Formats: sequence, structure tokens, C-alpha cells
Amino acid sequence: MPDQITLQVARYRPEQESKPTFDEYEVPLRDEWAVLDALNYVKDKLDGTLSYRWSCRMGICGSCGMTVNGEPALSCATFLVDYAPGPVRIEPLRNFPVVRDLVIEMTDFMHKLSRVKPWIIESEEPAPIGEHGEYLQTPAELAEYHQYSMCINCMLCYSACPVYGVDSLFVGPAAIALAQRYNLDSRDGGAEDRLTVLSDHDGVWGCTFVGECTRACPKGVDPAGAIQRYKVTAATESVKAFLLPRGGST
Amino acid sequence: MTVPHDVVIVGGGGAGLRAAIAVAETNPALSVAVVSKVYPMRSHTVSAEGGAAGVIGADDSIEEHIYDTISGSDWLADQDAVEAFVREAPEELLRLEHWGCPWSRTPDGHIAVRPFGGMKKQRTWFARDKTGFHMLHTLFQTSLKYPPVTRYDEWFVTKLLVDDGRVAGVVAIELMSGRIETITAKSVILATGGCGRVFPFTTNAAIKTGDGMALAYRAGVPLKDMEFVQYHPTGLPFTGILITEAARAEGGWLINKDGYRYLQDYDLGTPTDRPVLRSMELGPRDRVSQAFVGEVEKGRTVDTPWGPVTHLDLRHLGADLIDSKLPFVRELCRKYERIDPVTDLIPVRPVVHYMMGGVHTDIDGATPVAGLFAAGEVACVSINGANRLGSNSLPELLVFGARAGRAAAHHAESAAPAGPAVAAQARDEHRRLEQDLRRRGEGSERIADIREQMQHTMEGSAGIYRDGTSLAKATGTLRELQERSATATLDDASRAFNTELTAVLELSAMLDVAECMVHSALRREESRGAHQRTDFPARDDERYLAHSLASRGGDGVPQVSYLPVTITSWPPGERVYGR
Repeated sequence: MPDQITLQVARYRPEQESKPTFDEYEVPLRDEWAVLDALNYVKDKLDGTLSYRWSCRMGICGSCGMTVNGEPALSCATFLVDYAPGPVRIEPLRNFPVVRDLVIEMTDFMHKLSRVKPWIIESEEPAPIGEHGEYLQTPAELAEYHQYSMCINCMLCYSACPVYGVDSLFVGPAAIALAQRYNLDSRDGGAEDRLTVLSDHDGVWGCTFVGECTRACPKGVDPAGAIQRYKVTAATESVKAFLLPRGGST
Repeated sequence: MTVPHDVVIVGGGGAGLRAAIAVAETNPALSVAVVSKVYPMRSHTVSAEGGAAGVIGADDSIEEHIYDTISGSDWLADQDAVEAFVREAPEELLRLEHWGCPWSRTPDGHIAVRPFGGMKKQRTWFARDKTGFHMLHTLFQTSLKYPPVTRYDEWFVTKLLVDDGRVAGVVAIELMSGRIETITAKSVILATGGCGRVFPFTTNAAIKTGDGMALAYRAGVPLKDMEFVQYHPTGLPFTGILITEAARAEGGWLINKDGYRYLQDYDLGTPTDRPVLRSMELGPRDRVSQAFVGEVEKGRTVDTPWGPVTHLDLRHLGADLIDSKLPFVRELCRKYERIDPVTDLIPVRPVVHYMMGGVHTDIDGATPVAGLFAAGEVACVSINGANRLGSNSLPELLVFGARAGRAAAHHAESAAPAGPAVAAQARDEHRRLEQDLRRRGEGSERIADIREQMQHTMEGSAGIYRDGTSLAKATGTLRELQERSATATLDDASRAFNTELTAVLELSAMLDVAECMVHSALRREESRGAHQRTDFPARDDERYLAHSLASRGGDGVPQVSYLPVTITSWPPGERVYGR
């Protein structure tokens, strides 16, 4: 195995240049190094101007999503040796505006997350309460939504989503999965409140079920499944809304 | 430009978000700013794995959790604070349950609890082995429903504004634009977490650089008990990634190179097949980490390129239990060690994990500066004393985050607006940042080199065992590094997302915090909990049943004084485990 590998890193310095370029760096090819370790080597030893986000380096904080050789990936959980002999091409996540180098702008997601009301909304028929005041929830009820609660908001699914790529109004995979996470929670009564956002044409109906989001997810969440499942709910609810008398109309 | 708020919270992790919700619920008319250098869901609370302690079982009692915590602390915890903490922990954990936290359950739907180190009863609530992740996302998502809470995501606070003993706000950099802004407030809560990155080998995320501790220290608030650094017994070599104590709570064994459960040689009990509470692998973290050093000295560890290791053996637990209770452990081992704990031994070594010390506060999170509060790992109330028990830190950030939030809200309701001196202070800080930003291209050294030397110095002098000679030498080395860091090179003179600027600000915070650790450790001539002096091997209650307080001297060097420990009902005694 060679002892060096070339990184081709996308650079964008908005104060100096109008469009992205690539810089090349030679870094040690070490068996235990994640792509992130190589970027940290560049930052610490070679070029202090390279900017990227990272924090936990154990695949749980969701900071370090990037495009590595064309695929969305967490750079802390993607290893250099898997790209040997290189080069490794590192770009920002796709489908987002770029702030600087590998740093993308994700406020759009933060707004969408708030819009789907990702919190427990009190139910008219509350779950049974245990002697300590906790809502009882059986392991089977927990399993209903648990998978969707594993989303780390890393944005890999948005980067992979062809619909979001052409229509940034689309609510998108992670936000819909998190809405479903609450809809399916036995303690929650907010499904109706989330219906407007989710059943809008920018909601679940925007999805053409390509399934790229589920393939991209580093945490085994299945946003595509959440979206398809919700389409059934939304279809039923819109039929109901059409057939049932509206409040105030009588 | 200046933005006014009533309460500013620095940090958006567990403590900061809990505090923000507490302010909003105490008085919805107050405007709350959560200012964090990362998006809140990136905060390091996310990495906590094992669980959160709170008395809930029919066989358990408040008194027992109090006793476990106080004896675990080697009697350095303040007992009034521990009592409040233990009493309020269960209701805080229940509140998280009502907010949707996916706690693991018993078959009939009740909250499940697991054993944990140093705890005499099963009282640790958990969400599989991603407890911190689920708590943080629950808190963050819940916080979105409170209109009074305004977030400043990816804003880096550089200074606390303090006038006449009262806090008046902060100066911060918006990272995306590089814009420098003053945010005024009547109350400020520091919730920035710990500082594990002061050491080279740590479970802590890159962001854990002691920022809040340094902010308070520079504003005249003492840092308390900074010599007490927790080593977690089981980190993965090279990365330092945490393998949760829950792995031992579920029945995992620690074995040396001969396959021998070595903890039995360190007064921690006798091996049994099933885990026994407060015994062997369920001993407290300080004692279990110290035993590892004993094994190194006896030549009974395994050498690796990343230093000596022992092994954590989970093989006898089986795939079903590992997948249902410890799936993240399996995921981490596969990804970062390319081994499977179902069939392989996990190499582990002690790793810097948690700061027992921190910003000196009272039981409501209040510091000596009026209107300035602190909660979570950044603070030292103290409930952890000389050694924190595993699973006490997650409920701590809830209990004291909520307390600090309520206290900060009440303070903001009655505080007078800031005086004119504050505007001048803010202008000075803007000027300092502009200079740091632009005039350092010709510096003499790289930031990373100075940081590495600091980490090396700390590992060599303030590790699991310390002595006066190496600590004294470290005080000099750190002083020199302070001076060198002031002239370090910045390659990057741009404004947009300048992570080299934040790196130099973080280095400066870490150096302040490191100096406090080393000076406090040098002055404490005894061994207690996580502070073990080879030249003073015994606990000395006569001289040191007291908290150290490190204050910034006129020359920038920490000055250490002492404050008595609050003892209510539990007189100092022997720590007994496994017998």
C-alpha cells in the first residue's frame, strides 16, 4: 500500500472568488484514518484556511456530512483506505448553498423541521399513566416510531434527494421522517396538526419514491418508507376531509 | 450593532436547552437567546450513551442515591446540593418522558432501569445506548415550540460583558458572516459543557474546549475543583471513542492480557458471573481507571501502537442482548476497530471524559457575578466532588439547567439595565477581534503545534497519577505556551466561516483552563477521588475537605484558595466497594 494519498478538496472563498475551485493535498494514508482525520491533518499541518464542520468524530452529532467521491457521507465514518490508491475527491453536500469550502447553508432545513411540529402534542385520548406519572409505552409501541427517532439531521438524505435538488420547497426526507416519528408515538395526538404541512404538494406528494434518501442514511433510518406510509394516511385523510361536513358550514 | 434580550444562554446542549425552556415557562414575557457555536443538535450531550440516574424503583430510595453520590465523590460533594439533585432528578426525567424521550421500557410499558458503576440500586434510565442523543434531540425539538426562544446557531461567544459586579451581555461572532455583535442581557447562563480537548486522548468532541469556563474565569469568577478530571475506564485506542459503562452494567468483564479479571486485585470485590452492584466492573470510574495503571506497571496489559490496553469482554452476553441493549457499542466497534464484540475482545484504555470541576456556582447555578449563572458540565455546584458517578451527569444538566433557568428568569425580571461602561467594553472586544482576525499572518508558530504541546503537557503532568515535580514544571510550560499562543500564525484572514479564528480562541480558553487545573492539582497535597498524588497518597480531611477555587491573578496566573465542603448528614468515611 502506498503511504500517501491525494485529496482533491473543493474550495470556495466567497471574499476572494466567485466560484468553487479544487486544491490538492498529499496526506499520509493510514489504516485507521477516517477522511476527517485527513482533513484535520491538512488544517493543522498544511493549510489553516480550509473550513469544514466536525465535532463528535463518532457518527452521532451529524456535523461532518460531505460529498466523498460523488457520494454523500459522514467524513468521520468514511475511511481513507476504502479509497486507496486515490485520489479522494471531497466536496460539500449537494443541493445546498455553499457558505465556504465544505460548509453548507442549512437554515432551510431548520425552518422545515419547525414547520412539521416535531414535539409531543397532547392527545385527546392520552396514553395510560403509570404509578410514577409516566405514560406507559410498551416495547412494541416504542418500536413503531423508534427507527425514525434515530435521525441525526446530518443532511445526507437531502443531498441525495433528486426532488429536493430541483424543488427546494419540498419538505424533504428527514423532516417528514421526524414528523412521522411523532405521529407514530403512542403519546402523541398531533397527527392532524401536522397534516397541512405533510399533505401539501410540497409535503409527501413531492416525493417520487426514488429511495435515494434511505440508501444515503448513515443511521439506518428509512425516510422513503416513512413518506410512502404517510401517503396512505394523507390520502385517507383527504378523502375524509372531502366527504365530511366542514365546521361552520351548517 | 447591539441586539437586546432578557436572558442569554451560551451553549445549546442539554443544560442550555433545559434552561431555555425553564425561562420560557417561568415567564413567557422574557426574551431568551440561545447562542451556540454549533447547531444545538451537534452539542456534545449527543454523545452520552449509558443513561441517566433517577430513583424510581420500589426497592430504591432517595437516601441511597444520595449516599452513593457522596461516597462516590470521596466526600467532596456539597451534600445540600446532592440532596436537591437526587430529589429533583426523577421528576426531570419524567418531564423528558412527557416531552417524548424514547426511554427503553419493561415489557409492561414502564420505564426500564439498568445498573451503573458505583450505584447500589438499579436506577439508571436509558434509551438503549444512545441516551444523550435522544435526550438532546427531545429537548431541542421540544424547544422549537416556545416562541420566546430565539436561537443564534453557529455564533461564537468571545466575551462576557460585566460592569460593577453585574453581567450585562456577551460579544459574539456570527460564524457564517464573520460579523461581530453585542448581545445584551440582564441574565446570562453559561452552558458550554466541559473541556476534555485540553488532553490529547479524550472521549470529548472537538467542540469541548472549555470556552464557558474561560469566559467566567476572565470575568472574575473562580473555577472550582479544577484538579478533578475524570478518566473513563473504557475508551477505544486511537480515537478515544467512548464504550459506555452500560457494557459492564449489562455484564461485560474487564480482563488483562492473561484473560484475568484484574479488578479483583484492587480492592473492588471478587468476580462473579453476573454483575454485582458497587463491585468489580461496577466500581466507580476513578478506582477502575487507577487499576488499569496498576496493570500497566505489572506488565499485564497488551501493547498496541496507541499505548497499552486491556480488554472488555462482551462475548458471553450474546448477540441478542448486545443488539437490544448495546447496539451503538457494536456499531462503533465495527466501524472504528473493525471488530465485532459478539465474537471479539474490545481493546480499551482509560480516556479523559469529564470535568468534575468548573464555574463556581451555588445550588441555583448562580455565580458570584450578579446575573451570571452556569449549569451542566461547565459548572461546579458541586454534586460530583472528586469523582462523578456514571449516569449522574445527564440528570445533573436537567436539574441544574432548570434551576439556573428559573433563577435567571427571576433575576432578569428585576435587574436594572446595564450602565454605559458596557458599551466601551464591547467596543474594546470588537477591536481585539478585528486585530486577531487581520494581523496574524506573520506569526511564528502554528496553532495546532501549540495545542499539541499543551495536550502533551497535561497528559504528562495531570493524568491519572500526578506528582508535585511534574505539576510544578507544567505550570511553567503552560505560561510559556500562553505567551506563544498570543503570537501564533493565522493563515486565514477572511470573515466567512473562519474556523482558524475560532481555533485560536478555543486554544486560548483551553490554556486558561489548563493552567487552573495544574495549579489546583499542585496545591492539593493529598489523594482524593480522581486526584491521585504519588507524593501524597492519602486523603487528608484535616487540610483538604475543601473545594479549591482558582481565580485569575493580576499577572494572569491562577491564585488558589479554599472553601469548606457542605456536610449535612453524611460525615466523611471510607469508600467501600465490593465488600
